[in-house]
Amino acid sequence: MDKILFGDNQFFAVNHASDEKSRAQAIRFKDDSAIISVLDQAIDLGINTFMCTTHDRIGNICDHMRSNPARYENFMIYPCMPYAHKYANAVTELGIMGTIKQYVPGNLFGTFAKGGMAFLKNDFTKLMEILIDAEMKMFKGVKTPVIFIQNVLVDLILGLGMMEVFGEYDAYIRKKYDAEPGYITMNMPMLLDTLEGLGIKNPVICSSINKIGFRMAGGKEIYEKYLQEREFRPIAMQVLAAGALRPKEAIEYIGRFPKIESVLFGASSKAHIRETQELIKQYLP
Amino acid sequence: MNKIKGSIIGLGKMGLSHASIVGAHPSVEFVAVCDTSSMILDAFKKYTKVNTYSDYKKMIDNEKPDFTIIATPTRFHYPMVKYALDNNVNVFCEKPFCLVSTEGEELVDIATRKSLVNQVGYHNHFIGTFRELKRLLDENVIGELVHFSGEAYGPVVTMEKGSTWRSKPEEGGGCLFDYASHVINLIQEIIGRPKTVNGALLKSIYSKGVEDAVYSLLTLENGVSGTLLVNWSDETYRKMSTSISLQGKKGKIICDATEIKIYLKEENKKEKLEKGWTIKYITEFALPVNFELRGEEYSAQIDYFVENVINRQFGRTNTFSQGLYTDKVIEMIIDKAKHN
Repeated sequence: MDKILFGDNQFFAVNHASDEKSRAQAIRFKDDSAIISVLDQAIDLGINTFMCTTHDRIGNICDHMRSNPARYENFMIYPCMPYAHKYANAVTELGIMGTIKQYVPGNLFGTFAKGGMAFLKNDFTKLMEILIDAEMKMFKGVKTPVIFIQNVLVDLILGLGMMEVFGEYDAYIRKKYDAEPGYITMNMPMLLDTLEGLGIKNPVICSSINKIGFRMAGGKEIYEKYLQEREFRPIAMQVLAAGALRPKEAIEYIGRFPKIESVLFGASSKAHIRETQELIKQYLP
Repeated sequence: MNKIKGSIIGLGKMGLSHASIVGAHPSVEFVAVCDTSSMILDAFKKYTKVNTYSDYKKMIDNEKPDFTIIATPTRFHYPMVKYALDNNVNVFCEKPFCLVSTEGEELVDIATRKSLVNQVGYHNHFIGTFRELKRLLDENVIGELVHFSGEAYGPVVTMEKGSTWRSKPEEGGGCLFDYASHVINLIQEIIGRPKTVNGALLKSIYSKGVEDAVYSLLTLENGVSGTLLVNWSDETYRKMSTSISLQGKKGKIICDATEIKIYLKEENKKEKLEKGWTIKYITEFALPVNFELRGEEYSAQIDYFVENVINRQFGRTNTFSQGLYTDKVIEMIIDKAKHN
């Protein structure tokens, strides 16, 4: 994995410190061309991995990449699925079964509907595979060497204790997409213990890692212990703690843990991208 | 320490989220779930060791849990909470509490009489910024209050389609019960209990039969008046966004789940707040939790409930009695809207 993974929160009005800023972002990135222009700036600075949620609009970005193969020859996407708010809002309105009916692709669902939901009912693995395929469709022809499940789903499964689901996901991503499965979580130590318990060795885990312990459930100390002692491939996100930390002190802290393979960050301007990039080069050589 | 036994009735969005948090809680043995969907129960059977039921009475009779979390559609709250309390089970009930306030009153009485821990799921009270807002108001930093505005917007119903219990007013569907109840409860507990509804508009935008927006003028017990502005058909919001704004004689505060903005006419030395604007972020106020699923407030409210059950003490935040008052305000708003 590259040292720097470029994130997409800024494009989709996700701001953990300010609803107001998130609205300003929604306005700035109304058009896909605005997103593409920032991505191009990142590419010009030598950043080659875009880690993004399976938001509908990413489909348009992928279209643009497919139409300009030379420009994006070395560019990779790490998809993070699912785009949770799409489902969460649908569940509030339609219920869980209604949501499955809405999002399981029409024809496929029609096929199964012959045996009806009865078929899917007894085959959760198949249902998961169908939903993964539906989310992955937009990335056809784009390099996706690591595929993540979003924290809302990882942490839900983790709390429910439905551990086998991780094993099934892991196997499917490797087999069908020839990719490395990744996990985003707010509960890194607990997740790592769980994955190791399933025999998943050296997993790619993306979690909040920052100096003030923001969104690091269980506390900063146990995170630091795991980063020093355990075998896994950590990606640090929320390193700026939603803007509470200055970039220099934030990255300096990350630099204390040589095991961290990559830092995920998003920015809207070339100057900001360059600033963070320089700091990462300095502290995580 | 022995673990306490926890159970959940209703495995929709909130129920599943609670199930995950309870499942990860070190002080709880998660013993059973109850739902009507065989698919959901099958998933629990296949992947977990939790016992599954489709009849909540059987679940309570067989499992004798220390607590149950009730996250079913609102019209089922009354019979289910009652049955749990009658069987000496502590109850966490999702919001809104009950559809009819006489039912809620009965439940408050039973819980009080039996000294059972009771809590309603108004999770905003476990968001650090709203707690800070309450503290600042208690410290009187913006002086005598002249106006408030409680608002919530989000993209739940953005097209004409679909029909679930949420599109049926008699079952507690609609924006008033779902979205607006959160804001009413925040106003009630942070600023003051609404006493009079001066005007109310319930507007349908895309839904048939229920309102998608609630606009109301409220006067509180303490004489402060203000507006309630709620709309769940606003797709300019990515997710539910709730805020409270307050104008006082000495300044102004605007607070949401991520930041609190304070404007003061004069410096407040005690609070170390400068003249003019001060902006503080959730990073400063977030409650620490041991397990997090989509926001620390959801874990923090369950931690609080579990701690109260273990210590056999009544909570002070989100009691049934507070939930009941919110139900009464909802009734007042419906009543006012009918007479428009």
